[in-house]
Amino acid sequence: MKLFAHIGTYLLLMRRTFGQPGKHSILYRQVMREIEKVGINSFGIVVIISIFVGAVITIQVNFNIENPLLPTYLVGLTVRDSLLLEFSSTMMALILAGKVGSSIASELGMMRITEQIDALEVMGINSASYLILPKMIAAVIFFPILCLLSIIVGLFGGYLACTLGNTIPPSEYIDGIQYAFQAYYISYALTKTVFYSLIITSVSAYFGYHVKGGAVEVGKASTKAVVQSSILILLANLILTRTILG
Amino acid sequence: MIEVKNLFKSFEGEFVLNDVSARFEPGKCNLIIGRSGSGKTVLLKSIAGLIEVDQGEIWYDDQKFSHLNASSRQAIRKEMGVLFQGAALFDSLTVEENVLFPLDMFTHQNRKEKLDRANFCLERVKVTGSNGMFPAELSGGMKKRVAIARAIALNPKYLLCDEPNSGLDPETGIIIDNLIKELTVEFQMTTIVNSHDMNSVLEIGDKVIFIFRGCKSWEGSREEILKTDNEALNKFVFATNMAKKIKKP
Ligand SMILES: Nc1ncnc2c1ncn2[C@@H]1O[C@H](COP(=O)(O)OP(=O)(O)OP(=O)(O)O)[C@@H](O)[C@H]1O
Ligand SMILES: [Mg+2]
Repeated sequence: MKLFAHIGTYLLLMRRTFGQPGKHSILYRQVMREIEKVGINSFGIVVIISIFVGAVITIQVNFNIENPLLPTYLVGLTVRDSLLLEFSSTMMALILAGKVGSSIASELGMMRITEQIDALEVMGINSASYLILPKMIAAVIFFPILCLLSIIVGLFGGYLACTLGNTIPPSEYIDGIQYAFQAYYISYALTKTVFYSLIITSVSAYFGYHVKGGAVEVGKASTKAVVQSSILILLANLILTRTILG
Repeated sequence: MIEVKNLFKSFEGEFVLNDVSARFEPGKCNLIIGRSGSGKTVLLKSIAGLIEVDQGEIWYDDQKFSHLNASSRQAIRKEMGVLFQGAALFDSLTVEENVLFPLDMFTHQNRKEKLDRANFCLERVKVTGSNGMFPAELSGGMKKRVAIARAIALNPKYLLCDEPNSGLDPETGIIIDNLIKELTVEFQMTTIVNSHDMNSVLEIGDKVIFIFRGCKSWEGSREEILKTDNEALNKFVFATNMAKKIKKP
C-alpha cells in the first residue's frame, strides 16, 4: 500500500517537474550551475576509481589466465568489455548515486525544512520545475560524458598496469582492447547511463523534496535516496540488459 | 482586501483552526496575535495556500483563492509578498541575489533597473553594504530585513509576515514594525502580521485579532485591547507584573 502511495506521489512530482517551466533564460542558467555541481565536481572521483579498477581488472585477468594455450589479447579484451558492459555504466552509476544522489536529497531536504521551497511557491514559482528539472537535464547531459571518461581512463589504468607491473607487454594489451570490438557496446553503455541519470536525480529529488521535520529527517532522506536509487539502478540494469542485449 | 470565512484545519484529529473568520483591509496593519502554538503560523500559511484547510473559504479581493487551481493561484501569488518566521532566504544566493530573485523571475527589466530596485529595497530595510554576503553570514535580524526586502521587491498587493520581529532586540523590532507600517500605508497593501509581541501591537496594530486555541477569541483596535474584559486576552496582554501594575489604575 505504502509503495503505491510512494509511486503515486513520485509521479505527481514528475508531472509538476515537467509542467509549466519558468523563463528559458533562467532554466539555462540553472542547468549550467547544476552541470558544475553534479557533473564537473564528479570528475575526480570518476577518474580515480576508474583508473584503479582498470588496473586491477588487468592484473586479475592476467593472473587467472596464466595458461599458455590462452592468447594474451584476452586480457585487453576482457578489461575493455568489463568496463563497457558493466563498470563504467552500472558501477559508476552506483557510485554517483552515493555522491550526487545524497547531495541532491540533502540539498532539497534542507530547502524544504527551512521553508525555502515554500518561499518559492508563494512567489508563484513552480518549485519542482525550478529545482528538479535543471538537475535532471544536467545529469542526462553529463553522466554519459562521465561514462565515456570512465571507459577511457579505465583502459588507461589497464595500460599502466601493463607498463608498470610485470603483467603482459603493453603492445599486446593494446591489441587486446582493439580485438573484436563491438561499437554498439558503447551505445549500450550510454543508453543505460541515461536511464540511470534519470533514476538518480528524480528518486533523490523525490526523497529530498518531501522531507518533513528536521535535520534528522534530512539525513534519513538522503540515505533513503541512495539506497532506493541503487536498487532501482540494479533493477533497470537487469531490464535494459534483457531488452538491449536480448 | 483579504477575507477568510469559517476556516477549519486539524492535524491528527486536533483542531488547530476552529471556525476562524476575519477580514483584512488594505492600507492597514492587521495583526494576528496569540500564544505560542495557538495556530498563528497555520492560519497565515493557510491564507498563503501553503496549507490546505479542511473547510472554509479564502478570498483575495473578488477571487476565491481557496478554490482556484494551481495556475490561477500562481497569478495571485505574484502579487503576494511573504515573510516566513525563519526568513527562508535562499542560502545558495547572496543578499543581493536574493532580492533580485523575484525580479529576475517575473520582470523583463534590464540588469541595471533590477539592481537599482534591489538596492532601493535593501536601503528601505536599512541593509546596505552587505550585498555580497551569504545568508549564513548574517545576523538573525539582518536575515529578517533582507527577507522583507525580497518580499517587497515586486511591490506586492498583499504582504504576509510571520513574526517579523521575533528574536530581535526591542529597538530593531520597532524599526521593522514601523517599516512594515510605512510600506503598508504608502502602497496601500493588505498587510497581515503574526506577532506575540505587545510592543508591536501597541505600535502598529490598526486591527488586532486574538487567536486562542485555534479560535478567534477577540477582535478590535490597539486602543480597545487595553480595556478588554476578555479573560484569555487579558492574561496575554498583561502577562508581566509590570503590565499588571499599569492595568490597575
Ligand atoms: N504540519 C503540522 N503537523 C502537525 N501539527 C502541526 C503542524 N503544524 C502545526 N501544527 C500544530 O499546530 C499548532 C499551532 O502551530 P503554529 O505553528 O500555528 O503556532 P504559532 O501560533 O505560530 O506559534 P509560535 O508563536 O510559536 O510560532 C501547534 O500545536 C502545532 O503542534
Ligand atoms: Mg508561528
